[in-house]
Amino acid sequence: MDIIETVFVRNDLIVAFAVVGATMWVSYLLANKLTAGRIHGSAIAIALGLLAAYWGGTVSGGTRGVADVTLLGGIGLMGGGMMRDFAIVATAFGVHISELKKAGIAGVISIFAGVIVSFIVGAAVAVMFGYTDPAAITTIGAGAVTYIVGPVTGEAIGASDAVITLSVAAGLVKSILVMIGTPLIAKRIGLDNPQSAMVFGGLMGTTSGVAAGLAATDPKLVPYGAMTATFYTGLGCLLGPSVLFFIVSAIY
Amino acid sequence: MIVYGVALLSVCLVLGMLIGEALGVALNVEANVGGVGIAMLFLVYASNSERFKALTEGVSGTGIKFWSAMYIPIVVAMAARQNVAAATEGGLLALTAGVAAVIVSFALVPILSKIGKPDAHPLDTSEERGAG
Repeated sequence: MDIIETVFVRNDLIVAFAVVGATMWVSYLLANKLTAGRIHGSAIAIALGLLAAYWGGTVSGGTRGVADVTLLGGIGLMGGGMMRDFAIVATAFGVHISELKKAGIAGVISIFAGVIVSFIVGAAVAVMFGYTDPAAITTIGAGAVTYIVGPVTGEAIGASDAVITLSVAAGLVKSILVMIGTPLIAKRIGLDNPQSAMVFGGLMGTTSGVAAGLAATDPKLVPYGAMTATFYTGLGCLLGPSVLFFIVSAIY
Repeated sequence: MIVYGVALLSVCLVLGMLIGEALGVALNVEANVGGVGIAMLFLVYASNSERFKALTEGVSGTGIKFWSAMYIPIVVAMAARQNVAAATEGGLLALTAGVAAVIVSFALVPILSKIGKPDAHPLDTSEERGAG
């Protein structure tokens, strides 16, 4: 047992490659055999990943899902922000500038609309649940934007720890739902071309949700959605503790 | 050399992140503002430009394509390290807020996609229509 742990921990990233590779293989097999290709293999792989993350979080009590399980620590590096961003940027290779220009204005509008709409929905839910403190309402609204905007806003305007934790949870629910829901709803919302992918990225904004949701829908759409999504969190952090907080304060 | 493509990709990411971080400081925001998106624009520019041909074509290009192909496995690893347990423990409020935000945002996709739409078309049938 000791030997296994030593080797696995010392080569954690390599172990992660092998484990993820095996997961992909099983997922594509399931996708082809059980669903006859109706469900994308990557969608199954992502769902398995989320299940594993739930298991890892419960077993270890940590915050990084399966990466907190000693033998699988490398998943944390492989799926961390650095590798994710590196691979997302790589997907832009071969993108045509003309496609980006076509959706330019719609993309920009969608980022603003996405932040504001998610915020209003989140804030309204907070009010529905009986919150009257503007800082709490704003923070929960910001959490519905993304799980990064929530705590950034909450800390800036002095919300309580409990509220900040709630805002992170709201953002996580959003991100996970986008991962799972996107391939299921894609057809109905016309998510099949670069332009709508850019609008989608701007509206959803959660980088991990958009990244995984589009990957499971059509990998060709990834660069377009990711491009707009990456501006969303920044805009949320900009508007949350300022304009949006002032508006909520004026109402309550 | 494969590493030329990888290096180009790395330089794009680092430059984009630096600009995104600087934007964050300039706007007084505790976040990187669009760093990845800016990096992507750099790479799109480089892969469409004659000047960077040596770094994007042939073997060098495979260095970039490899990482592009690793995207889905990396996303699977990313899913596996999400704090799913915390999301399920957030209670009804977190669940309602998250779900409602996603439903409303999904509903807006077709509406906003219509802006400047006339020539929106599925990817498969796309490829240059001439009109830029």
